[in-house]
Amino acid sequence: MRGRAHARWAACVIAAGLLATACGGGQGFGGAGVLTSSWGDPQNPLEPANTNEVQGGKVLDMVFRGLKKYDPRTGKARNMLAERIDTPDSRNFTIKLKGGWTFSNGEKVTARSFVDAWNYGASLKHNQKNAYFFGYIEGYDKVHPDSGPQTAGTLSGLKVTGPRTFTVRLNQKFSSFPDTLGYAAYAPLPRAFYADHAAWVNKPIGNGPYQIASYTKGSAMSLKKWDAYPGPDPARNAGVTLLVYTDNNTAYTDVLAGNLDLVDDVPATQLKNVHTDLNGRYINTPAGILQTLAFPYYDPKWNTPGARMVRTGLSMAINRKQITQTIFRGTRTPATDWTSPVLGAAGGYQAGLCGHACDYDPAEARKLIQEGGGIPGGRLKITYNADTGSHKQWVDAVCNSINNALDNDQACVGNPIGTFADFRNQTTGHKMSGPFRAGWQMDYPLIQNFLQPLYYTGASSNDGLWSNKQFDRLVDRANAETDRAAAVRLFQQAEGVVRDNMAAIPLWYQNGSAGYSARLSHVALNPFSVPVYNEIKVG
Amino acid sequence: MGRYVARRLLQMVPVFIGSTLLIFLMVNVMGDPIAGLCGERACDPATAAQLKREFGLDKPLWQQYATYMGNLFTGDFGTAFNGQKVTELMGSAFPVTIRLTVVAILFEILIGVTLGVLTGLRRGRPVDTGVLLGTLVVISVPTFVTGLLLQLLLGIKWQWISPSVRYGSFDELIVPGLVLASVSLAYVTRLTRTSIAENKRSDYVRTAVAKGLPRHRVIVRHLLRNSLIPVVTFIGADIGALMGGAIVTERIFNIHGVGFQLYQGILRQNTQTVVGFVTVLVLVFLVANLLVDLLYAVLDPRIRYA
Repeated sequence: MRGRAHARWAACVIAAGLLATACGGGQGFGGAGVLTSSWGDPQNPLEPANTNEVQGGKVLDMVFRGLKKYDPRTGKARNMLAERIDTPDSRNFTIKLKGGWTFSNGEKVTARSFVDAWNYGASLKHNQKNAYFFGYIEGYDKVHPDSGPQTAGTLSGLKVTGPRTFTVRLNQKFSSFPDTLGYAAYAPLPRAFYADHAAWVNKPIGNGPYQIASYTKGSAMSLKKWDAYPGPDPARNAGVTLLVYTDNNTAYTDVLAGNLDLVDDVPATQLKNVHTDLNGRYINTPAGILQTLAFPYYDPKWNTPGARMVRTGLSMAINRKQITQTIFRGTRTPATDWTSPVLGAAGGYQAGLCGHACDYDPAEARKLIQEGGGIPGGRLKITYNADTGSHKQWVDAVCNSINNALDNDQACVGNPIGTFADFRNQTTGHKMSGPFRAGWQMDYPLIQNFLQPLYYTGASSNDGLWSNKQFDRLVDRANAETDRAAAVRLFQQAEGVVRDNMAAIPLWYQNGSAGYSARLSHVALNPFSVPVYNEIKVG
Repeated sequence: MGRYVARRLLQMVPVFIGSTLLIFLMVNVMGDPIAGLCGERACDPATAAQLKREFGLDKPLWQQYATYMGNLFTGDFGTAFNGQKVTELMGSAFPVTIRLTVVAILFEILIGVTLGVLTGLRRGRPVDTGVLLGTLVVISVPTFVTGLLLQLLLGIKWQWISPSVRYGSFDELIVPGLVLASVSLAYVTRLTRTSIAENKRSDYVRTAVAKGLPRHRVIVRHLLRNSLIPVVTFIGADIGALMGGAIVTERIFNIHGVGFQLYQGILRQNTQTVVGFVTVLVLVFLVANLLVDLLYAVLDPRIRYA
């Protein structure tokens, strides 16, 4: 009896030991010329028209090339697969593709690869979350009605006119339409996508510089260089392995320990030490992200002439410089307009457009708020989601700044909401009683993208229901304008309307930040704060 | 014994239904999960309505619950928002967490019981005071502090271990397991110590010593066996707590286990993931408790189940 008990114990210990050695070790993910990079679990299945967050977008950026590509440095849209995009009237477009492009499975990229993919993305029955990108194309209301069943399977505005040409007819004039075509939702898709959709989603096939070697959902994706890639921007490394991390801090720790090559989001808590930790291997570059405070215009209290003065006063009560320095350690820049520096002056960015209204001036702030009849409801409640980002920290800081300026420590409080989903629920349900956090990450580097979706009457992200006829007219005119510079000027005029009414308080431009190991060189972030993977050199 | 087990199994049914219903209600109180799916932009109404229909979110709550429970019996836990089957997520998450829990429990048993016996036999001596102080420190320091500290020291400063877990094998899980076990380990030590110290003076130990039995036999067969009952109760209840409570440890050490999936499910308000994982955790709790009760009879033959 006693002997048997001992034997059992011994067996257990040996078994545990064996398991440890059997499971342990294993090969590394890196290897010659392959770099490892931190990743988050994509929220949606990896389809071009269904991916609307950075983590899935990162993969699409490596695996797909579209008609246009945004220059990783300037953000300017350049032709990639498109040879020419012509339009006589900003409404009808003829698109001609370059020859010689194939998918990594050998299939040729033709006009049909695009047209079918766009039809797929627009169709209501496929539940694609980026379907609205096709909303400018004629026939969208039939393929994707707001309610009721769809009455057409394909967009009437799309026509294949040759193996490498197709035409697009829009339902309104939209001069910068070609510049939007660099967005991942417009990527071409191979036949395999439709033939065996489940298999494709498990291992997407595209036409970009990388192909997917293996994908374990929720933990890792290994991409290797596609040697036959015909494009002008082939991968300069042998491959990239994306590893899902439960926490940015752990990824950062792994870079310090030499277990990971690249972390593309340095957590705020580590920013203090990042320069000494990484010894210059830290980048901090502007990205097309703007944080603002939006207002509930559906609440009559906020929709008065007096409230406009109050909003301007609140903007002046926020010490942007101090908050960006102390909380974000320079990874945010105080905003002075409603776009982003990544657009460049030619693209419509105008430093200082906001003027004195974005300067910290507590005395003037107090005066304006008093003249405007005080804060509607007596107390400012800033609503935000507390689950991600460091929103709590900056909302508390903003409130603190406002309280100090007004000399009243009860004037402003943060109103946290548990999850992002619930926060979105309440914003889209129009249940806000005061200002709320409204972050905007651009879809494509165009001034149009910073204004129209957010402030146009009834637009998709106009959560505060702001409405201004003059603004709408200017945007319509800008979209119809064929001359690019003139269009940008009109958009800037529209932005002036936003300023004069202080439709939303701009807070700061957000930078992308990344840290990398000594094995890597030529690391850069594009204006979407995604690493330019194909240019990274290993070793 | 058989009847006892059957009765206990039957009792599990209402507990199971009640707890899943509670979780279902709690997740649904948080509001419409589709709202968070489209990022900072509102989903267009047609797509949102269709997604709701697909996930069955447009039906009244009781009906959702009934369908969910119905599917459960056919082994269908539903689909997460990223298109993955929840059973698939479980298949990848549970093995890792089970390994982590096994490591933690082993630490609790090996270190905790050993220290407990040691200190229980030497009550009041310097060893006893030292260990008591040590456990006090461990209990009072939060797990995330211990975890981050060990990660920093062992992972970065001394480079003994990799600071993050990649494959989830046993050797990688030793340090995370120790961190996860730390607080319970301290409790096991204290429980064992008290129990041993109490039983040391009991009649059957004196009898065993008087019979002239070797010291280690007195301690292991007589003293320890009888002193283990409270400890076994604690460890049994701890199995479920460790599996569900691994969120902090799993985040720090990058373990893609149950805690991580639950955390992400809650953040994304993914009803199917959260309810599915909690359902399994409830089952683990129930079974662990049953096993503990059955173990009593093994440890102490005087306890018999009619």
